[in-house]
Amino acid sequence: MAYDKFEVLVSKAYPLPIENVDTDQILPARYLKATERTAFDKKFFRDWRFKNDSEDQPIEDFILNDTRYAGSKILIGGKNFGSGSSREHAVWSVYDFGLRCVISSFFADIFRNNCLNIGVLPVQLSPKFVEILLEATIKNPETEIKVDLPNQVVTLLLTGVCESFEINDYKKRNMLNGFDDIDYLKNMKNAIMEFSEKRPF
Amino acid sequence: MANTLFDKIWDAHVVKKIKNGPDVLFIDRHFIHEVTSPVAFLGLKKRGNKVLFPNKTFATADHNTPTLNQHLPIKDLLSANQVKTLEENTKQWGISHWGLGDKNNGIVHVVGPESGLTLPGTTIVCGDSHTSTHGAFGAIAFGIGTSEVEMVLSSQCIMQPKPKSMRIKVMGKLEKFVTPKDVILFIISKLTTSGATRYFVEYAGEVFEEMSMEGRMTVCNMSIEMGARGGIIAPDEKTFEYSKGREFAPKGDDWDKAVKYWKTLKTEENAVFDKDISFAAQEISPMITFGTNPGMGISILGKIPTTEEIEGDVQTYKKALKYMQFEEGDAMMGKKIDYVFLGSCTNARIEDFRAFSAVVRGHKKAENIIAWLVPGSHKVVSQIKEEGLLEVITNAGFELREPGCSACLAMNDDKVPAGKLVVSTSNRNFEGRQGPGARTLLASPLVAAAAAIKGVITDPRTLIEI
Repeated sequence: MAYDKFEVLVSKAYPLPIENVDTDQILPARYLKATERTAFDKKFFRDWRFKNDSEDQPIEDFILNDTRYAGSKILIGGKNFGSGSSREHAVWSVYDFGLRCVISSFFADIFRNNCLNIGVLPVQLSPKFVEILLEATIKNPETEIKVDLPNQVVTLLLTGVCESFEINDYKKRNMLNGFDDIDYLKNMKNAIMEFSEKRPF
Repeated sequence: MANTLFDKIWDAHVVKKIKNGPDVLFIDRHFIHEVTSPVAFLGLKKRGNKVLFPNKTFATADHNTPTLNQHLPIKDLLSANQVKTLEENTKQWGISHWGLGDKNNGIVHVVGPESGLTLPGTTIVCGDSHTSTHGAFGAIAFGIGTSEVEMVLSSQCIMQPKPKSMRIKVMGKLEKFVTPKDVILFIISKLTTSGATRYFVEYAGEVFEEMSMEGRMTVCNMSIEMGARGGIIAPDEKTFEYSKGREFAPKGDDWDKAVKYWKTLKTEENAVFDKDISFAAQEISPMITFGTNPGMGISILGKIPTTEEIEGDVQTYKKALKYMQFEEGDAMMGKKIDYVFLGSCTNARIEDFRAFSAVVRGHKKAENIIAWLVPGSHKVVSQIKEEGLLEVITNAGFELREPGCSACLAMNDDKVPAGKLVVSTSNRNFEGRQGPGARTLLASPLVAAAAAIKGVITDPRTLIEI
């Protein structure tokens, strides 16, 4: 098993209504020097969270520093979340910060793939529904959201308003069981070896 | 149904189709570097897996490496450790490794094509989003995450759904001194930074047919900046001429056989794309960005759009201008510049140094400018010397550094200080990308050179002797 299973998540959520958040913001390049996957939680949105080069000086009006939201396992982002660099470290930092789900009206491709590969669920919802979730969580930090993977539905528990989301059957099964592609591919070794004979270069 | 160029290559690499799931795609070439590979190798060890095809993975150190005194030990201990780890991992598994000091060392997306590893019809991946560069050769090339690097090491495959198809045509002839960088910055400014997400883009039309291989690489390189999985251009005589005789290119009969196949790699006439877009070459002028994503670009003679003129979220737009310390309606011409960076996998090839030299020839670097000229590889350095460009650059008061990614992502010491304004030939103007607080303007080597000479944003067309 590669990561913890994901079934149903009920949690508060950080609202971050900014568009085109790129992976250089989620995890700045100067923290990519590790050779192990060690805790990246402090570096998550490092330059939006902390002043200068000191992690003892939080930028107070940034949402991740708002203690009322502490413990949230969901982040609600703006459109085109996770654009730019392919660094999986960005998604590791999402996970290490304690988040298991990111909601947006649109994700960048590589970020979305990386999420699914390490057990963070990227949930794409309509812009209108994302707006509803953002408004509710901004208004009341205690607002809870239910992300139900088996039924592919996100519900705002306060009002019961909900919307379904797409995920392909293969990735859904992986998330529900904590499986990943590496084991799947390992079992295909013979077919891959045979296929490789056909490739000229 | 008529096939696109992309369909032909993708379909030829599908090992298995999973119902309601991704395709298992075979990878011909896997490039790795020091930053996104160490955890993949660790994962491999933890699971007790092996590298399935060590001869299909190629390593170079580039992201973290210094651009001065590469013969000395790397001072930054973390960087040194990453570079050493790459060396050890590749040694353990028998993978080709072009470390610091090796004649083939350089930016992965520069040395791949130079060595002849990048070939038409192949699938190429690397743990780096600018892998899209290699699409210039008619290859399917894209960036992957570290989990996928581990997949390729252990199985030579990745699992991804086939992306949607888009064709972008640019018809007609470009005006003089409008470069490939201007073409792609123009396209991204029209499509926005997410306009091609979920798509794989084929570039077609006269402008790309006329373009050099270096120019095509610049264009395909930045496909990711509009969200595309990758960009691709049909291989032609220029592609074959560039690749022929290179170290890893096929030789003799194999070459003839390969070219015969490569000539079939074209989109069929009746093929239908999910999206088909066309621009006129005459619309494009020298470009520059003003904001914090590569879609925020305008003509160098233009003004920063007002909040009434933009599409998208106004708060996000205002945040970007605040970071850049710009006002809506500002002209870009005449803005005072602090730094100039010529380099990166977008613009560090010989053509880029030729363009830069053409502008600075007979001029002197402005006193207020700190300039970093970082070639993409040792081969580019040799060419610069052979063509007499080093003399031109040196006489104009510039110094040439050693190859690497450098200030594009500022992982090494080449960091632009907070608040400073840099004209950069790289690919990303994100907040803090070139150093915490640094403010980046993306542009072509010609625009960068003009800024370096005048100390302010200048139309390069006024400096070049025609």
